[in-house]
Amino acid sequence: MNYHWNWGIFWEPSPNGTGNYLDMLLSGLVLTIKTALLAWIIALVIGTIVGVMRTLPSKTASAVGFCYVEFFRNIPLLVQLFLWFFVLPELLPRNAGLWLKQMPNAPFWTAAVGVGLFMSVRVAEQLRAGIGSLPRGQKMAATALGLTTTQAYRYVLLPIAFRVILPPLTSEFLNTIKNTSVAITIGLIELTGEARAMQEFSFQVFEAFTAATVLYLLINIVVVTAMRFLERRVAIPGYISGK
Amino acid sequence: MFSTFDFDVIRRSLGYLFIDGMTFTLTLTTLSAVGGLAFGTLIALMRLSGFKLLGRIAGLYVDLMRSLPLVLVIFWFYFLVPYIGQWLTGASRPIRVGAFASSLITFIMFEAAYFSEIMRAGIQSISKGQPAAANALGLTYSQTMRYIVLPQAFRNMLPVLLTQTIVLFQDTSLVYVLSIPDFLGSASKVAQRDGRLVEMYLFAAAVYFAISSLASFGVRRLQARIAIVR
Repeated sequence: MNYHWNWGIFWEPSPNGTGNYLDMLLSGLVLTIKTALLAWIIALVIGTIVGVMRTLPSKTASAVGFCYVEFFRNIPLLVQLFLWFFVLPELLPRNAGLWLKQMPNAPFWTAAVGVGLFMSVRVAEQLRAGIGSLPRGQKMAATALGLTTTQAYRYVLLPIAFRVILPPLTSEFLNTIKNTSVAITIGLIELTGEARAMQEFSFQVFEAFTAATVLYLLINIVVVTAMRFLERRVAIPGYISGK
Repeated sequence: MFSTFDFDVIRRSLGYLFIDGMTFTLTLTTLSAVGGLAFGTLIALMRLSGFKLLGRIAGLYVDLMRSLPLVLVIFWFYFLVPYIGQWLTGASRPIRVGAFASSLITFIMFEAAYFSEIMRAGIQSISKGQPAAANALGLTYSQTMRYIVLPQAFRNMLPVLLTQTIVLFQDTSLVYVLSIPDFLGSASKVAQRDGRLVEMYLFAAAVYFAISSLASFGVRRLQARIAIVR
């Protein structure tokens, strides 16, 4: 291979004048983490609401939940981001549209909300499966004790369901982090974007992508380790995962 | 809200969108699914082969692919494939690889990691008695796999494999980052040329939605039909 390797490139100053190439990649890493965390909060909140709706006895609630899931699941994330970024401001009333377009950091907020909504469907489906996996007796016992539906979910069903689905939620969180890279198309310069920029400035393609790869692997290892720890902390005695 | 809508821009570009764009997307999806499944099955067999080293290599490959975002993998292969081609053919310079070939290789390599996990689950779901019986009948390892294990694993996992293919169909839209005119890419080209972002992106979303939901409805029907009562 007649590729000119230069691993020292990371310590050379980058053309955007804010330090060297390594700083550039690390700022991308920070942006990736920030976007992913905000998106994950949105996904958890909305996903919980929608997931619970789909398990309620009310036909309307589960129909609304079903439509929500179908809508967000059957459109590619990239197209969804385009819808929020390019289409939504045009469809809103003039002033609201202008406000959206002029918002500082628009790619960041669009990416966080867009990825968050996209992932909320996955969270909802996992939660629905988790609640569905609980024995019927749990809900019945809660009702027999005089708990209202809200109380039954709040104190009985959700605390167990969330523990059951913790492992799949870990991989959904990893997916959230990975999916933030799609926002490169609406101008969010996160880790993949910075690696691409570094490649364009320095022509050191493989060094840039190797660094990004290593950083993504590090995020994965950190998240997986942290979640294993959390799983052990919240494990219910008597379950297979428990002590 | 829709008063300034120009539906004609969609009608005018239908030919380009579907004959050029959608053909690219569907060909890429189909070939990547077939290639990914073949390569993925190979990886699954490596992981279950009992050779420690082979299993470790396959496991590392799957873990690596699954921890990277697809966008980054697309960039990796876009720049890497010419060098691999040069290395394979012994040419003096990195060879030129077309947009289609480059994205096809990317998706086959990337999806193989996901398909291999599905096939591994499928193979592991088959009872031990099956390969044992095949062994007792005197079938070799490859015969056991070809005639006994893989057909059943494939059948059991067909709904999951098809669902993954629907995900793949949606993911092919990401070749947008290489400015390749797939369905979304061509919609975006028309949108930017005519200044009709709203119409074109809404239309693209509607088409993706229609195809994906029809396909997943079909998968659910199939799942109900082929489910084996145990």
